Amino acid sequence: MTAAVPGAPVLDAHEIHVRFPLARDWRGRAVRHAHALNGVSLQVRRGEAFGIVGESGCGKSTLAAVLMGLLKPSEGELRRLPRADGRPADVQIVFQDPQSSLDPRLPAWKVIIEPLVAAGRGSVDRAALRARAEVLARQVGLRPEQLGRYVHEFSGGQRQRIAIARALATEPDVIVLDEPTSALDISVQAQILNLLRELRRAHGLTYVLISHNVSVVRHLCDRVAVMYLGQVVEQGPAAQVLESPRHPYTRELLDAVPRLDRPWPEDELAPPAELPGNAVLPQGCFFRGRCPWATTGCDRPQVLLARPDAPLHAYRCHVAGTR
Amino acid sequence: MSADPASLQARAGRSAPGLLAGALDSGVAEPVLEIRDLSLEFPVFGGAVCALGGVSLRVMPGEIVGVVGESGSGKSVTAMAALRLLPPGGHRITGGSLRLCGEDVLAASEARMREWRGRRAAMIFQEPMTALNPTRRIGDQLTGVLRAHHRLGRREALERAEALLRDMMIPDPDRVLRAYPFELSGGMRQRVMAAMAFSCDPALLIADEPTTALDVTVQRQVLQLLRFRARERGAAILFITHDMAVVSQFCDRVYVMYAGTVVEQGPTGQVLNAPRHPYTRGLLDGLPERAAPGSDLASIPGRVPDMRRPPQGCVFSDRCAFADDMCWRRPALEPLPGDDLQRRVACWHPLPPAPAAQALGDVQ
Repeated sequence: MTAAVPGAPVLDAHEIHVRFPLARDWRGRAVRHAHALNGVSLQVRRGEAFGIVGESGCGKSTLAAVLMGLLKPSEGELRRLPRADGRPADVQIVFQDPQSSLDPRLPAWKVIIEPLVAAGRGSVDRAALRARAEVLARQVGLRPEQLGRYVHEFSGGQRQRIAIARALATEPDVIVLDEPTSALDISVQAQILNLLRELRRAHGLTYVLISHNVSVVRHLCDRVAVMYLGQVVEQGPAAQVLESPRHPYTRELLDAVPRLDRPWPEDELAPPAELPGNAVLPQGCFFRGRCPWATTGCDRPQVLLARPDAPLHAYRCHVAGTR
Repeated sequence: MSADPASLQARAGRSAPGLLAGALDSGVAEPVLEIRDLSLEFPVFGGAVCALGGVSLRVMPGEIVGVVGESGSGKSVTAMAALRLLPPGGHRITGGSLRLCGEDVLAASEARMREWRGRRAAMIFQEPMTALNPTRRIGDQLTGVLRAHHRLGRREALERAEALLRDMMIPDPDRVLRAYPFELSGGMRQRVMAAMAFSCDPALLIADEPTTALDVTVQRQVLQLLRFRARERGAAILFITHDMAVVSQFCDRVYVMYAGTVVEQGPTGQVLNAPRHPYTRGLLDGLPERAAPGSDLASIPGRVPDMRRPPQGCVFSDRCAFADDMCWRRPALEPLPGDDLQRRVACWHPLPPAPAAQALGDVQ
């Protein structure tokens, strides 16, 4: 495993806030907002696999859109490291559902080289484009002779391979993987995870893996950020964060993940606890309402801080350090 | 793997103990659901897709039974068939029997079925947003179910509905009763579905991927609640899922399905810790949580057979590392010598029972 490859940050997000208007007044000005991201700072370094875990509504996918440049942050700044040719780092994405994210009206080879053409970097020669698509297809384990088919003729796993080939087409600096295996069966998921790892080793790729599946993140990533209500609550090396979590939310999340070796207690009943709405943000620590450790001092906003004993492992809780 | 002569001999002379086992594990109580050799196909242009090829499955009162398999394995079709919910013209049952609380489902009239659905067996679907009526308030839908099955006045029904919601640990049942489904979160909606399923005290609850659309923390709350209430009322659960880890948390017994057949069954701990069918083993080995971070995951080569032309022999043979000439014949789902009588495997070359300790050690 290539743990924590040192390198310059390819993507550097600084205090990113994203708000979506929920309601507007008569002049069209937004009066209420959904606060999707509330101050996310993170750096993705070249060559690493960075995982983002969290539950639905925590802002994972909004963050993906920001990293892709699809969404302009309401506040804060995303810096992308310039490439050799002066253009900012290129980011590509693989979506969860290849059925709906790939164009059903194009044959597979056109789907694969479409980003290249869209970026204005594709050759105009049809044969050359087709040849490029075949090279990419071979890299992801597709047979070149299948490339004349349409997306619906492929199985789920093969479609996800097409999506990965498409993301590779422009030789991007970073590939954002947004729940790349959630729609797949277990045996196919294993194949795709192996492929992603293989590609990363062969091409020195940088991944941002967004997933609610903790074991997929643990398997693939060097560093992990845990998100809650649009904030990173804990961040650090994957092994540290996922094996010995510090933040109470990370603990709760990991505790709820069903594991083959550890049954849940039979008679434990919990009332519903869900992500609070993000129209009105809580005062102080965002997790305070659900936190078993809530105490004095939690009414102040918490900062994401590394403690001296583990300088790479940061968490947003003033109590966790003393536990 | 080479089949050693002793085990072959034991397998050959196994039909009599097999019958005995069947008699033994049926016990005294009557099963709430008993499916025997059910075969079902969907007619398509120029042929038929064989969805189930002789599935046998039994749920005893109060038991939580898991059915695990990948998409297309026939697990949902089995669940739907048990309540006769498949569209009448769209499928053909080509063999087998299906009994709910001892009575024949396939021969029952539609009126009888309507009475049984909800009372004898209720269903919880994966996506509560599509299972609930989006145009009616939760209260109307819940009391509708109650009043269809019991002689209840409007007010009594409302009180019962409120108690049911409170049973599902919903903190403000009044508000939920007045709400439309879209106003509730996914976890809340699934709690409402569960309340509705429990409303007529069914002997069997069929849950088809009830928490797949939910987050893990909510999934845990909902599953623990389901199990607790089912145990409390003595209801059995038939739990359909693709998630091996959830099965390990939740189920007493498990059936592993592949390509429309049951390939392995037995108590959950035994099946997941020491799988004896190569397919079960392959499924477990493909889980990232059981592998060291960054290592290669074992994946099953090939793909699911085309069920328009189901294989004659073992359904898994073309993807199996142990397949040989014997696998041209379909293996029966039978108990193995030396195993628990509950445990059955459909394989000519079952994996050795031993590596239980090692398999456990692999898990961090």
